[in-house]
Amino acid sequence: MTMTTTHEYVPSSGTPAAMIEFRAVTKTFGDGPSSVRALVDVDLVIPAGEFVTVMGPSGCGKSTLLHLVGAIEVPTAGVVAVGGADVAGLPLEDQARLRRVDIGYVFQSLNLIPSLSAAENVMLPLELDGETPRAARTAAEAALAQVGIDHEIDRAPDEFSGGQRQRIAIARAIVGDRRILLADEPTGALDTATGDGVVELLARLSNEHGVTVLMVTHEPRFSSWADRTVFLRDGVVVDDTGDSA
Amino acid sequence: MAVREGLLALLQDEPRYGYQLKTEFESATGGVWPLNVGQVYTTLDRLERDGLVGVEHVDDQKRYALTDGGRDALGSWWDAVPADDPPPRDELMLKVLMAIEKGHDHALRVVTHQRTALTALLRDRRRQRATAEGTGGDLAPALVTEALIVRAEADLRWLDQCEARVMSAAAEATTRSSDRTNGGSR
Repeated sequence: MTMTTTHEYVPSSGTPAAMIEFRAVTKTFGDGPSSVRALVDVDLVIPAGEFVTVMGPSGCGKSTLLHLVGAIEVPTAGVVAVGGADVAGLPLEDQARLRRVDIGYVFQSLNLIPSLSAAENVMLPLELDGETPRAARTAAEAALAQVGIDHEIDRAPDEFSGGQRQRIAIARAIVGDRRILLADEPTGALDTATGDGVVELLARLSNEHGVTVLMVTHEPRFSSWADRTVFLRDGVVVDDTGDSA
Repeated sequence: MAVREGLLALLQDEPRYGYQLKTEFESATGGVWPLNVGQVYTTLDRLERDGLVGVEHVDDQKRYALTDGGRDALGSWWDAVPADDPPPRDELMLKVLMAIEKGHDHALRVVTHQRTALTALLRDRRRQRATAEGTGGDLAPALVTEALIVRAEADLRWLDQCEARVMSAAAEATTRSSDRTNGGSR
């Protein structure tokens, strides 16, 4: 599809057809003969509310794809647009706002701050963004309820099971109605049944709450919860179940 | 196929009529293994011929019961382990092995295509299962779907390994051919 990319920042309330768009994106690390091409000429359009998984062998560029969406990396060539805006072209202030307000991250582990309670962990991004503690608490309770954690929320993270901790991390990633959730092997440290529960939750957030989810995984089992799977090999998109679906 | 043993298992507790066996077999296998009545009676005739079931006539209908021989055969079947001997020969494996014969690029294309299709299939089965669970489905069909999911996962894992092995074989071949080129230019 064609889409006019502007450097104008589209606020959270806007719901563009393509929430995430890669156009001819190449990302190279390093210079000269030792440089590594992590992504090569990637084209990818992810509509708002879609749940997409990225699969491929280690080192194929899966995580780089997420980092580009989150403006943690900038492309060497091509355009990564989020909400219709070219991320690399945004003023730094807007890039930071995008990372803080619109995009949530969940990783395999080390997601939560151990000295804060579950609720405080979820409140943190909002408080850092200037919300009052009372408003942050209300939003945190709502986000925790969405992920199925509705009691004992004032206990420390290590008093919860691994699966519950990952749910708390997801609550923190979506609190304040963030539109995009980037998940890098979020089930890596979990057993099959617990991992299924976490990915099912991501699917529900996408289906029922319109959150756009981009998840990296190497497990076919977890990938099968998604609307669509993109396969990478040596930085190239080699296939996409969305093409045939 | 194991229809014979399935019928013996259904007869373990009490005698049954042919049509009853058909219905119970289909219900026990979650609806994924339909039998026609003719197939059931042919199998029962063979079981009778082999002395594993006995027949009595009740109200003009044949009612089947396990004989002692049938009970022994059933006991052995519960204990027997399905053996992978001769080795498993499925179409996916054959396709990939044949593709490798046609060169690395072709093999990677075939592996990629099969994996994408299988991933889509797995997604559909997952949705099917979610729907079944949502409507409070029975245990048998849920376990059948789970078996299909787990097998698709195993095939996908195998395809991942094929991809990795073919890629490293291709890389080795490239290294060898560039070594040869360098050697030749000396």
